[in-house]
Amino acid sequence: MSNRLSWFIILMLVVGFIFLYGPMVSVVIYSFNDNKLATLWGGFSTRWYPALLANDQMLRAAKHSLIIGVVSATFATTFGTIAGYVLARYRKFRGRTLFSGMVTAPLVMPEVITGLSLLLLFVAMKDLFGWPNRGLMTVILAHITFTLSYVTIVMQSRFTTLDISLEEAALDLGARPLKVFMVITLPIVAPAIISGWLLSFTISLDDLVITSYTNGPGSTTLPQVIFSAVRLGVNPSINALATIIIAVVAFGVVTSHILMTRAERRRQRDIQMALQSNK
Amino acid sequence: MAAERAKADSQTETWNDPDAVPYIRIENVTKKFGDFVAVNNVSLDVYRGELFALLGGSGCGKTTLLRMLAGFEQPTTGKIYIDGVDMADIPPYERPTNMMFQSYALFPHMTVEQNVSFGLKQDRVPADEIKKRVGDILDMVQMRNFAHRKPHQLSGGQRQRVALARSLVKEPKLLLLDEPLGALDKKLREATQFEIMNIQDRLGITFMVVTHDQEEAMTLATRIGVMNHGQIVQVGTPKEIYEYPNTKFVADFIGSVNLFEGYIQEDEADHVLIASEEAGCPIYIDHGISAAPGAEVFVAIRPEKLELSKTSTGTGHNCTPGTVKGVAYMGNLSVYLVQLDSGKEVKISMSNQRRAAEHAIDWDDRVYVTWHANSPVALLS
Ligand SMILES: Nc1ncnc2c1ncn2[C@@H]1O[C@H](COP(=O)(O)OP(=O)(O)OP(=O)(O)O)[C@@H](O)[C@H]1O
Ligand SMILES: [Mg+2]
Repeated sequence: MSNRLSWFIILMLVVGFIFLYGPMVSVVIYSFNDNKLATLWGGFSTRWYPALLANDQMLRAAKHSLIIGVVSATFATTFGTIAGYVLARYRKFRGRTLFSGMVTAPLVMPEVITGLSLLLLFVAMKDLFGWPNRGLMTVILAHITFTLSYVTIVMQSRFTTLDISLEEAALDLGARPLKVFMVITLPIVAPAIISGWLLSFTISLDDLVITSYTNGPGSTTLPQVIFSAVRLGVNPSINALATIIIAVVAFGVVTSHILMTRAERRRQRDIQMALQSNK
Repeated sequence: MAAERAKADSQTETWNDPDAVPYIRIENVTKKFGDFVAVNNVSLDVYRGELFALLGGSGCGKTTLLRMLAGFEQPTTGKIYIDGVDMADIPPYERPTNMMFQSYALFPHMTVEQNVSFGLKQDRVPADEIKKRVGDILDMVQMRNFAHRKPHQLSGGQRQRVALARSLVKEPKLLLLDEPLGALDKKLREATQFEIMNIQDRLGITFMVVTHDQEEAMTLATRIGVMNHGQIVQVGTPKEIYEYPNTKFVADFIGSVNLFEGYIQEDEADHVLIASEEAGCPIYIDHGISAAPGAEVFVAIRPEKLELSKTSTGTGHNCTPGTVKGVAYMGNLSVYLVQLDSGKEVKISMSNQRRAAEHAIDWDDRVYVTWHANSPVALLS
């Protein structure tokens, strides 16, 4: 009985995984397709990868995506860490609920709405101050606003579980608050910061909707290029590109996950030891 | 014992000197968390070079009091002075104190050595001096061999020693230790107690030590403050606290004690006579306590101040019959459990001076429990 059930569970698991990852696997496989028609297998070849490098439009888009990803992830991580710290440590201040709600709102807001409202904002600002022109800058600002939420959530939960007496001990030993933050707090939460950065980088890298709303003509990103290319028909070099993106994103997510679980395991072990030592 | 000597040296009884200026002055300090009163109107003076022990049950506010001295909590009302300076606006990193945390609070990303040297680095002590002082203190707590380990690679007792070393190494004017020795085995604990007294002796540091262990408080402290529900109920030398507890709570909390309920029959300048049904005989105490006749009192007598004999003293007081209900042999002494004829059970401990005493008292023997007129303490609350 239990055996049959476990077979059923395994079957469902396999079906689920195929449903989730089958399309990606087929993209990866077809990126090595020799045939010019992306949907017809014509033997193994890696020729679409070098072809990508020859494609100027593609390369420029990749560069834009990377710049946007790195810059927005860096800013989002910085601000998200600070916001997470404030939310975790200052339990009572005027407007805390509002602040916490506003920081995390983009998480639940439909992307279409976020993108549209940002677009309206940028247009209005352009009318009023003559700045900003839509392009890299506006996309970066937009990406910061919504990846910030993810980092804030990650960091808030990390700071909440960080033993406050560590910081008190450092203060007690004569370190000033800023120094305590730099040499005690930050190093201890570093894995969470890195994983927050990777998370926002990958989210930024594959965002299409918000980017389309806020981007200008000269700074098309990879997802945009893929999207418009696919409308004209799937071509094998897109598959190659998609494979590369999948690899990068997978690397980011997996690394971030490993960092988090390792830190979590270490924390559990410390708690365990502490409990034992207190009998 | 050497420990006794160390204590005697520093025991100049500054607290009885009316001209002495206290090093720590806690004035009517109250700390509330919301509606909960964690520390309730505490006033306390501690003098330079003292080793003051705070004793009390779990949750009575000991840690909170220390945290206010260290600067992590602000008193809700009241003032704290250290070395004559009002601490209200002084942040923790500018106070002349170091604290050892009950949870140790070792920095998880630093080695033992880095943890211990952290405080010295903040003071910009030269590198070679840091190295020497850290090495010395790690030797003292027997952790030199673990200098390059991270905290999570240490046992509970080892972490406790690192935490202790980290607070000691800066040699602050005031050291606040929150249960510094709880996780150590007996031998290591005694050695460390001895070292703490040594440091106190050598550097004249003032210590404020929280402990659950009353024996530790007795051996270490110049004075003890007993706390209950956020209040300090008695302050005194270990001897005063033990011999003259001022309340039932203190008598019961420090050491073990036999308590008899009764009321005052006679209260003269040179004696009191207390009638007690529980005791089964009048209790005669050889000094007055200035209480109204008829007032309810509790009489506390320590187990070692009670004696057992097979014959009555015949004086009519301080002698009551009972039956032995249990004998526990503890090596250097034996503890007898005697049920008095009133039904009350009392504990009596007697030292085993001779091997197998002649008139050995055993289970179910009829005995008389007697005590000297200066042994009982009458407590009005
Ligand atoms: N930050 C806080 N917020 C609310 N209540 C608190 C806080 N800190 C302490 N308390 C409460 O104050 C009381 C005294 O706590 P404290 O830590 O001083 O006890 P303690 O005497 O050190 O006990 P233990 O011997 O168990 O360490 C406890 O009832 C505790 O729950
Ligand atoms: Mg405590």
